Amino acid sequence: MLTVMSAAEKLYLDQISMTFNTPAGPFQALAPVTLSIPQGRFISLIGPSGCGKTTIFNIVAGLLQPTSGRVFIDGSDATGTIGRVGYMLQKDLLLPWRTVLDNVILGMEIQGVTLKQARERALPLLRRYGLAGFEYAYPSALSGGMRQRAALLRTLLFDTDVILLDEPFGALDAQTKLHMQEWLLGLWADFGKTVVFVTHDVEEAIYLSDEVYVMRTRPGRIVESIPVPIRRPRQRHATLVPDFIAIKERCLQLLTLDPTSAVGEAA
Amino acid sequence: MTVQESSSLPAIELAPAQPATRPRQVKSVRRLPVQKDWPLWLIIAVQVGILVGAVALWQAAADNGWIDGFFWSKPSAIYATLIKFFTEGDAWGDIAFTFRSTIFGFLLGTAAGSLIGLSFWWSRNYAAIVQPYMICFHSLPKLALAPLVILVFGLGLASKIAIATALTIIVSVLTTYAGVKAVDPDQEKLFYSLGASRMQVFRKLIVPFCLPWVISVLRVNIGLALTGAIVGEFIASQHGLGRQILYAGQTYDIALVWVAVGVLSTLAVAMYAAVSWLESVLRKGVKQ
Repeated sequence: MLTVMSAAEKLYLDQISMTFNTPAGPFQALAPVTLSIPQGRFISLIGPSGCGKTTIFNIVAGLLQPTSGRVFIDGSDATGTIGRVGYMLQKDLLLPWRTVLDNVILGMEIQGVTLKQARERALPLLRRYGLAGFEYAYPSALSGGMRQRAALLRTLLFDTDVILLDEPFGALDAQTKLHMQEWLLGLWADFGKTVVFVTHDVEEAIYLSDEVYVMRTRPGRIVESIPVPIRRPRQRHATLVPDFIAIKERCLQLLTLDPTSAVGEAA
Repeated sequence: MTVQESSSLPAIELAPAQPATRPRQVKSVRRLPVQKDWPLWLIIAVQVGILVGAVALWQAAADNGWIDGFFWSKPSAIYATLIKFFTEGDAWGDIAFTFRSTIFGFLLGTAAGSLIGLSFWWSRNYAAIVQPYMICFHSLPKLALAPLVILVFGLGLASKIAIATALTIIVSVLTTYAGVKAVDPDQEKLFYSLGASRMQVFRKLIVPFCLPWVISVLRVNIGLALTGAIVGEFIASQHGLGRQILYAGQTYDIALVWVAVGVLSTLAVAMYAAVSWLESVLRKGVKQ
């Protein structure tokens, strides 16, 4: 049954778990997690630090071999293979010795696209998505928001269907963050990618996503998935409607539960 | 507010309120110290003045017998020897010899050292195995090996280059390796998440990242290479400024010692300036 299901989904995580061997004994960072995400969906993972969000990302990106379970992309086993998904880490990781344009084409370059072709494809996108005038600037000349834009465009231009965004706006000020959320939604609508988004910000998660997964620690696991049935394109005032607030309340309730109680698992 | 707090915490014994018996201390008014920059011409004038003054004092001291002119020599004698050095002897040959061994040793040591340092990125095991040997060779006074080097590489240019290389290579290795270790593991993760091969990570991340470290070692190495070349000439050589200094010292020709030392420092300053220039050019290429 699982195999049938995995074939239908863009990204399917089949019971992946991760246990690290530490000097103090085995440490279970991630209890078996199953997650299926259809093509073009925008989902978010929220949860406290240490709940295994980044571990999931590292496993999906092939940077970490799960202790058990498999990762399927388009129905084929992609466990432990790199270069199958776009992964944006928490830091922007722009190379200081490359111009913004040459940073953005890094993924294509690694995949063997010629520099000339890659630049030709990237230039119009840089201009359309808010980096006009900075194509040949070095990252040190960019503001925090613009650096994140460049890093996100680098992830998008890598040209994979699935992209993983690990707290991309975590370090930005509130104002810039709102701008960037709109910008990201615009990009997502244009490109039709399947997005998995990690954040600490509950409101951000709900506002952006089709579905929010709430995680908990010890061991890291998903305790509830909450669909967000708010119509798109969403406006800012969507965050004020009762539906939205109800979802937010539910999320906060799950996140602030006493860790020793078992109510979370019941859901 | 304060009263309430102290009454709610009876366990804490409060010191009785100190009446303002202490005389109010008058703070001395202090201003931000400001240093006035002299114009460049004045700086240069003072520098020249110090030099001229020192030379004049030296000359006067030797002429009046305050110091022993035989051991210390004196500016007029040094000048005469300088003219003789360049007109009669093979001055340019000596300069070229020392210059050549310095430059070859500098290039060889820096290039080989940087490549070895970079190579440590490829294998942690290899790096761990080689590490103690590196430290050992680093702490060893390499000049102690000089007699052996002369025996193996002969009296000519090769032995001087070998000593200059030995002095520069280890510093380059350790500095470049420090660069390798400073690479952000997340940066490597990003490359791998994009499907990069190890060679791609090496060429597109590790090498450009470590370049500033390589550049920073150039200036140190030019001085070390010169030291190596001179010591090689001290031990056994038929040419070079080092050999001239040694020869002059052994024959009590103190003026010639000063001349050779003077020419040597001019050469050192010229090479240092050239490397500083090279460094600034390279740094411009490596945007930070």
